[in-house]
Amino acid sequence: MEHPDWLWRTPEPRRSYDVIIVGAGGHGLATAYYLARNHGITNVAVLEKGWLAGGNMARNTTIIRSNYLWDESAAIYEHALKLWEGLQEDLEYDFLFSQRGVLNLAHTLQDVREGTRRVNANRLNGIDGEWLTPDEVAKVCPIVDVSPDVRYPVLGGTWQPRAGIAKHDYVAWAFARKADRYGVDLIQGCEVTGFITDGDRVTGVRTNRGPIHAGRIGLAAAGHTSVLASTLGIRLPLQSHPLQALVSELLEPVHPTVVMSNHVHVYVSQAHKGELVMGAGIDSYNSYGQRGSVHVIEQQMAAALELFPIFANAHLIRTWGGIVDVTPDASPIIGRTPVENLFVNCGWGTGGFKATPGVGWVFAHTLAHGEPHALNEPFTLERFTTGALIDEHGAAAVAH
Amino acid sequence: MLLISCPWCGEREETEFHYGGQAFVAYPADPESLSDEEWAQYVFFRDNPKGAFAERWVHSAGCRRWFNTVRDTVTNEFQS
Repeated sequence: MEHPDWLWRTPEPRRSYDVIIVGAGGHGLATAYYLARNHGITNVAVLEKGWLAGGNMARNTTIIRSNYLWDESAAIYEHALKLWEGLQEDLEYDFLFSQRGVLNLAHTLQDVREGTRRVNANRLNGIDGEWLTPDEVAKVCPIVDVSPDVRYPVLGGTWQPRAGIAKHDYVAWAFARKADRYGVDLIQGCEVTGFITDGDRVTGVRTNRGPIHAGRIGLAAAGHTSVLASTLGIRLPLQSHPLQALVSELLEPVHPTVVMSNHVHVYVSQAHKGELVMGAGIDSYNSYGQRGSVHVIEQQMAAALELFPIFANAHLIRTWGGIVDVTPDASPIIGRTPVENLFVNCGWGTGGFKATPGVGWVFAHTLAHGEPHALNEPFTLERFTTGALIDEHGAAAVAH
Repeated sequence: MLLISCPWCGEREETEFHYGGQAFVAYPADPESLSDEEWAQYVFFRDNPKGAFAERWVHSAGCRRWFNTVRDTVTNEFQS
């Protein structure tokens, strides 16, 4: 039987490229695509130690939203959301982008204050957002238990109608296919083990398939960024942790939107196929093991049951973990490093998927020009020295 | 779930503990003389190795004492 057409080629690595991107996840692939599309730079390789989009791109909970508190975050996430809104046409690929909205529930007075403040901040930034009362929450998502006689009653919630989900693997394939058509080499099974340097600049990478030279190098390696940077003696303010998620068996459509709750800590949506998809918080300890502890999953399911009594009948089918790189202020680092021609896109922690097209756009700009795009200018490594942090811990509606 | 050996109470389940991150990060001896870069290193930067990692745990739901240990961050095997 003949194999159907591949979406991308499987080229041998050439000896040198204008730009090498390390990591063929969503961010790396989107960066390669926008390097070609926006900047005409097509002599590009994306090197992937495993298989294409087999890391966190295959493991996230596919939530897309831009309702972040601070201006810097709102700008970059909203840029991403606007790109998402035209991305299926741009990439000529239906990846099941569904703007079904996101509810961020409030269970305490502090949650209510934080939520209303964030809605106001979002609206000032031109981002859609509303504060909903418990009754309005129940109208948007009838299966949420808004009765007052639970341990953490729903006191209201923020609602971003333009938020949603997309089929993560399809997104990666869509970017990969287009990048490949521009001539970008997507090279799987090619592990970067170190860098080739000339004085204080990088000129290439060492890989298990030999040395490859490059004008500029961009790291998009998520949880493994520290390992790569440490081969050059660069220390980054990152800690790698497992982040777990789980799915139920396939169910009839019961859950029309995305619901997140910081306080009881769960986020849940229903995939197109029918599984309930839930995400946990990070496991507390540093790890590269791509698995986590079962009590974290138990906690997750307890939180989900608290909010959705109907889920008592659902069965857990599968749990998994990915390794996320967390920064002290829960915001990413996108830009220069102390080594010339080496750039990083890292520190996305638990929230990188939603930013995929946005970060591809700005990281491509950074690699093309050797300096950041206006949208990633605040997300420097230097902010940890200057103190200009973008503190999204607990402020971003996100269950970190 | 990790099984963690508390030096005072013996092997207990992970849920009895809280994590304290990298071990042996000393408070600066002469804080007034630190540059911004040095403060940043002390406050925000920690090692993040793939492999053996010297780290701290506190037995919160037991003896409530802190201790250091070395764990492999890939296999989760405790080496001390």
